[in-house]
Amino acid sequence: MDAILLQILNGLDKGSAYALIALGLTLIFGTLGVVNFAHGALFMIGAFCTVVVNGLLSLERVTLSETETNPWGEPLEIRVQYAELWFGDFGQLMVDYSVFWSLLFVIPAMLLIGIAMERGLIKHFYKRPHADQILVTFGLAIVLQEIIKQIFGANPIPQPAPDALRGAVDVGAALGLSPGSIIYPIWRLVYFLFAALIIGGVFAFLRFTTFGMVVRAGMADRETVGLLGIDIDKRFTAMFGIAAVVTGLAGAMYTPILSPNYHMGMDFLVLCFVVVVVGGMGSLPGAVAAGFLLGVLQSFASMTQVKALFFGFSIDQVIIYLVAVIILLTRPRGLMGRKGVMET
Amino acid sequence: MLAKLLNNKDTMLVIVFSLVVLAAPLLLAPLGAGYPDLMQRFAIFGIFAIGFNILFGLTGYLSFGHAAFLGVGSYSAVWMFKLLSVNIVPAILLSVLISGLFALVIGYVSLKRSGIYFSILTLAFAQMSFNLAYSVLTPITNGETGLQLALDDPRVLDGASTEGVLPSPQLFGLEMNDTAQVPFLGMELQFNVGFYICALILIAAFFISLRIFRSSFGMMLRAVKSNQTRLNYTGINTKPYTLAAFVISGMYAGLAGGLMASMDPLAGAERMQWTASGEVVLMTIMGGAGSLLGPVLGAAIIKYFENIFSRINDNVIEAWFTFLPDWLGDILVTLISPFVGKGWHLSLGLIFMLVVIFLPGGLVEGAQRVSRWTVRSVKRLQHSEPGSSKSLEPGETH
Amino acid sequence: MADFKTNRRSFIKGSGAVGAGLAAPTIFTKAHAFTNEPGPGSVVLGFNVPQSGPYADEGADELRAYELAVKHLNGGGDGGMLNTFSSKALDGTGILGRKVDYVTGDTQTKSDAARASARAMIEKDGAIMITGGSSSGVAIAVQSLCQDAGVIFMAGLTHSNDTTGKDKKANGFRHFFNAYMSGAALAPVLAERYGTDRKAYHLTADYTWGWTQEESIMAATEEKGWETVNAVRTPLAETDFSSYIAPVLNSDADVLVLNHYGANMVNSLTNAVQFGLREKMVNGKNFEIVVPLYSRLMARGAGQNVKGIFGSTNWHWSLQDQASQTFVSSFGREYGQPPSQAAHTCYVQTLLYADAVQRAGSFNPCAVAEALEDFEFDGLGNGKTLYRGADHQCFKDVLVVRGKENPESEFDLLEVVQVTPMEQVMYEPDHPMFAGGSLGQCNPGA
Repeated sequence: MDAILLQILNGLDKGSAYALIALGLTLIFGTLGVVNFAHGALFMIGAFCTVVVNGLLSLERVTLSETETNPWGEPLEIRVQYAELWFGDFGQLMVDYSVFWSLLFVIPAMLLIGIAMERGLIKHFYKRPHADQILVTFGLAIVLQEIIKQIFGANPIPQPAPDALRGAVDVGAALGLSPGSIIYPIWRLVYFLFAALIIGGVFAFLRFTTFGMVVRAGMADRETVGLLGIDIDKRFTAMFGIAAVVTGLAGAMYTPILSPNYHMGMDFLVLCFVVVVVGGMGSLPGAVAAGFLLGVLQSFASMTQVKALFFGFSIDQVIIYLVAVIILLTRPRGLMGRKGVMET
Repeated sequence: MLAKLLNNKDTMLVIVFSLVVLAAPLLLAPLGAGYPDLMQRFAIFGIFAIGFNILFGLTGYLSFGHAAFLGVGSYSAVWMFKLLSVNIVPAILLSVLISGLFALVIGYVSLKRSGIYFSILTLAFAQMSFNLAYSVLTPITNGETGLQLALDDPRVLDGASTEGVLPSPQLFGLEMNDTAQVPFLGMELQFNVGFYICALILIAAFFISLRIFRSSFGMMLRAVKSNQTRLNYTGINTKPYTLAAFVISGMYAGLAGGLMASMDPLAGAERMQWTASGEVVLMTIMGGAGSLLGPVLGAAIIKYFENIFSRINDNVIEAWFTFLPDWLGDILVTLISPFVGKGWHLSLGLIFMLVVIFLPGGLVEGAQRVSRWTVRSVKRLQHSEPGSSKSLEPGETH
Repeated sequence: MADFKTNRRSFIKGSGAVGAGLAAPTIFTKAHAFTNEPGPGSVVLGFNVPQSGPYADEGADELRAYELAVKHLNGGGDGGMLNTFSSKALDGTGILGRKVDYVTGDTQTKSDAARASARAMIEKDGAIMITGGSSSGVAIAVQSLCQDAGVIFMAGLTHSNDTTGKDKKANGFRHFFNAYMSGAALAPVLAERYGTDRKAYHLTADYTWGWTQEESIMAATEEKGWETVNAVRTPLAETDFSSYIAPVLNSDADVLVLNHYGANMVNSLTNAVQFGLREKMVNGKNFEIVVPLYSRLMARGAGQNVKGIFGSTNWHWSLQDQASQTFVSSFGREYGQPPSQAAHTCYVQTLLYADAVQRAGSFNPCAVAEALEDFEFDGLGNGKTLYRGADHQCFKDVLVVRGKENPESEFDLLEVVQVTPMEQVMYEPDHPMFAGGSLGQCNPGA
């Protein structure tokens, strides 16, 4: 029982990352009708924003030692963080909480990147076939990840969570179960709450604001909205920016769980396309539901007991794709897809 | 014979295509690509892309899992080498057959859906194949390392080869890796048996695809692309046609896989990964989906980048600029090096973007534009009426 | 650094047109005594390393080591470990009087791409020896290609038992240690530190290397009295190991062994530490985590999580013997950072190849192989070493290391806990973990 609860927690946590990325992907697809293969790259850039902020906060003053030398005979470099030098303990606290500071940087940076991408490139591809959109965004994804690789290298760069949120907490005791039965990392709980917040925020925004209403109307019928004299293009551009911010935040907050590296976007890209399609093209609730569903199923599939049900076959290797196939064959347009979207 | 099957323009196209392919060792040597491995790859991926284009270019169905068929073909071929004989004929026949069957099953299921749902179904099947081949199916696929020949393979037909030496794949005694070196204008031309076998098959594959494009079957497939619903309303069941196209292109992929294993007897799981499936999509779109020559061109360019650009290191660039003053050479090296060697992916990504932004319709359309423009300028020079004649590039199908 | 740049440029100028001066490729033709027989002026080596994909940084470090080795072989720089090497056949005038040139390629850590790149080196550039790589799958695939083509393969970083076990080849040689040695070196240290009545839970990357690593460490620890509670396979592409680590909490295991490498290792270790495993007490003992194969470059990605965690490594820059110090100083001056174990093994392999050619007096792969077989040497950083003829595996001391508690610099992540002597990690060539293959005959390609 504890094991199952634990796996549900794991699944929800995995699912919240999938759901956030899929949400952004669906926002772009639903509003602009563009298949964005560079979406994984946005997730990756969000993660690297925290690397940049962390790097800036922990900039070091380098002085050369007069007496000591390093193993190859050059004077030893003595490094002191400026933050510590200038602000003492408070400076260290700033470095410690750099993930949160970086969110302040991620939002404007991703908004800017998103809008620039839409105005500079994607805009010209609205009328082009989906195949062209795939090629150009895939090319862009490669270019972006190669630039990151040339700046930051190929190895993962660790981004620890703040000290206070680093350990694990006894969830079991909090839920009234026997103490020590469910121990779960704090940061993963933070991530889950954060994801729920963002997802709720996006839905509320689309539901309760005029802007959101226009965008939803535009998603349903772009031409009519245009005929009503509303400049739908401008709103869609903003929507692209918002989608980029959502994805970037998902990446930034994920860094303590997964040390960012330049190819993490590509690793998530295929998975998230599967999530979006299983949810149904263009359906926001579908994307979120599919994200959580696949996350939970993936967690269960990794259990030895579940593998035993399949006679020891490593079902976790294929579970996501198997579920995708089954769902698409039983529900032609995924969980909540609309008729006629991306079917030709 | 050709004249009966094809009209004049197509006959010319096949002849020119054949000549260019057969002269590849001479044409590619100045580009640094005239060595057997890369020329074989050009031909093999050309076949793969031609086959993919029969599905995607004609019907518009975008399969994101075609690499699985290539992988299955490779595994079949290597197993044939291990069990039966190192002759490539049974190996290639089996790889086409098995991948055809595989495509029939996957195609039958995936074609129940269309659009992106179809793409994701094919992707899911291919990713499952890759994941299983990499780990769970290791007894059949030899997992991470890839399936290769071993000294203790049974090889029923020609097992008694030299002790302690692995045989290499051959066609009735002609070894695939036999190469004749011919010095020519200071270059060393390499005429390789394996390449010429690939080349002949490429020409045959091109010819067959041309016939399909011009046939009523091809017409039907194009009708599917332009409006499937209307076809269905007129009472035509399109499924058999699309399924046939899917299986044919799967067999092309299997053929490419079998040839790949014949040229280099190792079948690795990575050739089934989604990136490999994506690669053939990119080759086709970049060259020009729906055109005859486009896919071959796209395949050649991507493979050229992968194999030549990735080998240019700082040392090589420095050697190019040794005639310049040091400071200027250093600047040039710094400017160029991010795009070659370990940065070859960057150049590739930029090329994708540039092609699709400026040449919608791919390189073939770009070439057509250039030739139309040239023809027009020439005409203008001759003071004749502009636009009086429409000149179409070979391979034009629209 | 500035003078070095000019030196390198003028060095290239002096050598004339490098690109054009390469030996003509003569693969698979019968006119020569062996594949790619070099001309009188220069000889080409092929450095085939991952330049894209997850191991690109490791590949870049390997390439640095190769360039340094070439420089030293051609008499440039400070000579590096040529000065400490026990064999004195090399004198800084290239190999057999020929200047050493090299070509590079990208393996992408894929068997197919690696073989394509190696074939290009052999067919196009006339390379006489191929070396490099950062994974066992690639090493085995390229090794068999070199066997068929008739050139020597000097493996880079490859740790699977199979490279010199069931997939060994007469033309292939490995200096790096292997999974069996890791197990044999680690188990006694683990038993000494953590006791002999431990219950181990294994997480293993689900592919060939993971399996041999799991088999080796399991056998070695069980021999010391440990019990294996469970061994779970994880998909290679996995980035979040939470669902594999959660069940560890509910088992009664008190040690977690992570048979992972590269990004897998970074992520699984980070996840394990986040789940509070290191603070856990089971059966009245502190819960421990073990990473059998350490890579300093990769360990950086796991940050503080490596502190106090045991593992093994082929070589580490903090070693105090004269050869290691010489190499670190030579590499550090050149590139401003200490070399990784991948860089070390690649540098050593290049020197060993050059030395073998020099001693054999011929580039013929069969003569080179003979010179390398059962060759005993010293002064290359690992103490006394034997290149065993029966399986082409090097036998030398193995380092047991631990994540350092108080690192002094970004490179200072591991501390050497024990140098396990060669005798303790030795095994018979027909050991069951290595059985099933045969070297076959050396192939000169003609």
